Amino acid sequence: MWHFVGYRVLQAIPVLLVVITVTFFLVRIAPGGPFDSEKAVIPEVQAALEAQYRLNLTLWQQYTAYLGDLSRGDLGPSFKYPGRSVNELIAAGFPVTAELGFYALLVALFIGGAAGIIASLRPNTAQDYVPMSAAMIGICMPSFLLGPMLILVFGIYLDWLPVSGWGDSPGDKILPSITLGSAYAAYIARLSRAGMLEVLSQDYIRTARAKGLPEWQVVLKHALRGGLLPVVAFLGPAFAGLLSGSFVVETIFQIPGLGRFYVQAAFNRDYTMILGSTVFLATLIVLFNLLSDILAAWMNPRLRAQYGER
Amino acid sequence: MRLSVLHFLWILIASLSLLACSSGESNVVQGNRDGILHFGNGTEPQGLDPHVVTGIPESHIVGALFEGLAVKNPYTLESEPGVAQRWDVSADGLTITFHLNPAARWSNGDPMTAQDYVWSWQRALSPAMGNQNAYMLYSIENAEAFATGKLDDFNAVGVKALDDHTLQVRLNTPTPYFIQLMDHQSTFAVHRPTIEKFGVATDRFTPWTRVENIVGNGAFRLTDWQLNRRIVVQKSDTYWDRERVQLNGIVFYPTENISSEERMFRVGQLHYTQSVPLDKIPVYRAMQNSPYMNAPYLGTYFYLFNTNKPPLDDVRVRQALAMAVDRERLNNTVLHGSNIPAYSITPPGTLGYQPPRVFDYDVQRARQLLAEAGYPDGAGWPGLELAYNTSESHLKIAVALQQMWKDALNIDVTLANQEWKVYLDSVDQMNFQMARRGWIGDYVDPNSFLDLFLCGGGNNNTGFCDPRYDELLKRQAPRATSREERYAIFREAETLLMEQMPILPIYTYTSNHLIHPGVQGMPSNLMDAVNFKHVALDKNWKAAE
Repeated sequence: MWHFVGYRVLQAIPVLLVVITVTFFLVRIAPGGPFDSEKAVIPEVQAALEAQYRLNLTLWQQYTAYLGDLSRGDLGPSFKYPGRSVNELIAAGFPVTAELGFYALLVALFIGGAAGIIASLRPNTAQDYVPMSAAMIGICMPSFLLGPMLILVFGIYLDWLPVSGWGDSPGDKILPSITLGSAYAAYIARLSRAGMLEVLSQDYIRTARAKGLPEWQVVLKHALRGGLLPVVAFLGPAFAGLLSGSFVVETIFQIPGLGRFYVQAAFNRDYTMILGSTVFLATLIVLFNLLSDILAAWMNPRLRAQYGER
Repeated sequence: MRLSVLHFLWILIASLSLLACSSGESNVVQGNRDGILHFGNGTEPQGLDPHVVTGIPESHIVGALFEGLAVKNPYTLESEPGVAQRWDVSADGLTITFHLNPAARWSNGDPMTAQDYVWSWQRALSPAMGNQNAYMLYSIENAEAFATGKLDDFNAVGVKALDDHTLQVRLNTPTPYFIQLMDHQSTFAVHRPTIEKFGVATDRFTPWTRVENIVGNGAFRLTDWQLNRRIVVQKSDTYWDRERVQLNGIVFYPTENISSEERMFRVGQLHYTQSVPLDKIPVYRAMQNSPYMNAPYLGTYFYLFNTNKPPLDDVRVRQALAMAVDRERLNNTVLHGSNIPAYSITPPGTLGYQPPRVFDYDVQRARQLLAEAGYPDGAGWPGLELAYNTSESHLKIAVALQQMWKDALNIDVTLANQEWKVYLDSVDQMNFQMARRGWIGDYVDPNSFLDLFLCGGGNNNTGFCDPRYDELLKRQAPRATSREERYAIFREAETLLMEQMPILPIYTYTSNHLIHPGVQGMPSNLMDAVNFKHVALDKNWKAAE
């Protein structure tokens, strides 16, 4: 097992280096710069601004200087928000995005898992079709449509829940979590249905039933652990996706998360912010993939066996 | 199994409705009672340093925390006393003496002095500061030379503190709008000891504007700043005119999604929105006692012609394109009647100035001009590309004009959608044939628009260059002795400009806001200027619904 973990960690280092390098040079290729604005900037001002951000050095010098700062954990000053460091912006936005992602994942797991399991118990009947069609709609419905619809119904017509904000008034976390989670709920429903169907046809389930166990015990105790394996493998990438993909939901609900900073940074050519958040999110994604692999290995005895453990 | 799912759903619904009961009264109702204004402010401010920030959202907050020598009356836009009690302009218009109010204080209690201004303007003009608005002070003697590094000694710049409360400014040429500029953040004074506590004067990165550090001189002081969430200011108890300040505080919200902003307004989270979604305008127009506020704004939406590139190097082609556009129809359909058709670069009625009307919507004349230029009924037309930055409304306007040109002149224009920074780069490099553009005046004076098209001007971007035009604006207008004479010179220059047609004016901007009926003292005006000192909330306002 440790062998497996160590191997994966070592794999992550070159991946991150490539991410940093590619991002660093890609953002520079994009036309336009951080100080372009609708009003022309006089050359002296432009030069002063560039010097303050080391843009007057050669690209290679900037790159090595950036790697040096990065090794000390310093992501540099933001271009768009003078006086704020990228570290500070990430520290302000990430906890919000992580909390939103976590709730969204709970929503996705609960709705998706329940729909998938219910569907798998009576395949190809109404009990299968209804939840799975709902799941299909969930995949197809983009959050920029679902979000405003939920707001319209629960926020404006029924006046039950706040239409925006995060932690400002009671209940304002509910709609964003549902909006963000529902797309993933659909994936999880399909994955858990497939996983459960496969497991329910296995010999050991027949054995369990033959022992005379009640159906709910067969499903919950024996089938579930194996049946949800594909879901667990999906959790890491899903959480990473929730973190980096929450921009739309954050914008609709005015949530002060990292996603908004990240996407705006690209529009603003805020070089350090683009790089900083990319490196940060890439690290997280690598980490979550690793965690979900470890979890999957723990849940799947066959995989564990591969790495010489029992 | 099934039962437990049902149980859970039931609990979920029950807890949802419980939450709903506890949500209580809205921001607006609470705010009216406590004197707190909830202000939709567009975007998260870049920062709060008056010599660093450039945007409109920033100017609202900075304007609450700081005050200039003179401020604008929101009803008349005339300058009225700010930190300066009064000011004298010498007979030749070249020397302005500001007399500072001895009661003016910084928020930490320090008195405000003329030396504060000398130091602050040196900071604002220092090349190392990288202040993108430094040009606001260029009418001061030698200020431009200092800002561009040609002059190192600030003592040679025309700003002097005669004593603690007298500031003398010498100008290059008479500049009638100079007093107006005293209300712009780049001319504000900043608190020297606070800034120097955190670094050198010109360091853009210090934390001096954070809640715990900032010292201002405005009617409000900063009490809370949560990134992308809210900025809260409270009435200042050191402000010289605090008796007149009626609000107890303001909450600024970064509302960059205008649909979300409109929803926040609808449920009573905001008193005021920065804008209104285009498709909601007819809905709000139709309402009785509508909160919708629409007023002319000091800005023009136009297309740039690159006069160096064929076929636009021919003035007849430029005129044909301009005359073939039915601006009234565009405004009434695509823009829901929310703007004002424009036939000149200067918005009509800027402090009494009426721009000349050089051309009209005239398809016959347009066809004739195009034929004279060698493209009768579009024959032999080499094609033309229009660049615009990504936005639904720019796209809609471009498509409408494309169709009008096709119908009227039988010519094809292709549309090139560009991401914002790419578009800025194209415009700056003049790497386009025709490009969308908007310009908002810095001050209420025709000069703010007309000086764009001086030879080689940084924002000219058309290749237009006419010595007579430059002569009128740079030599004659400053020497004019009366407003009438000055405006006559501007009219001559603008006529010249519109005959050469390096730009295609489309519409005059309007400001669009939703404003709660309980808000007083926020009238619409040409600059869309808000002076929070004048704002009050009706305590007795009750929701009619």
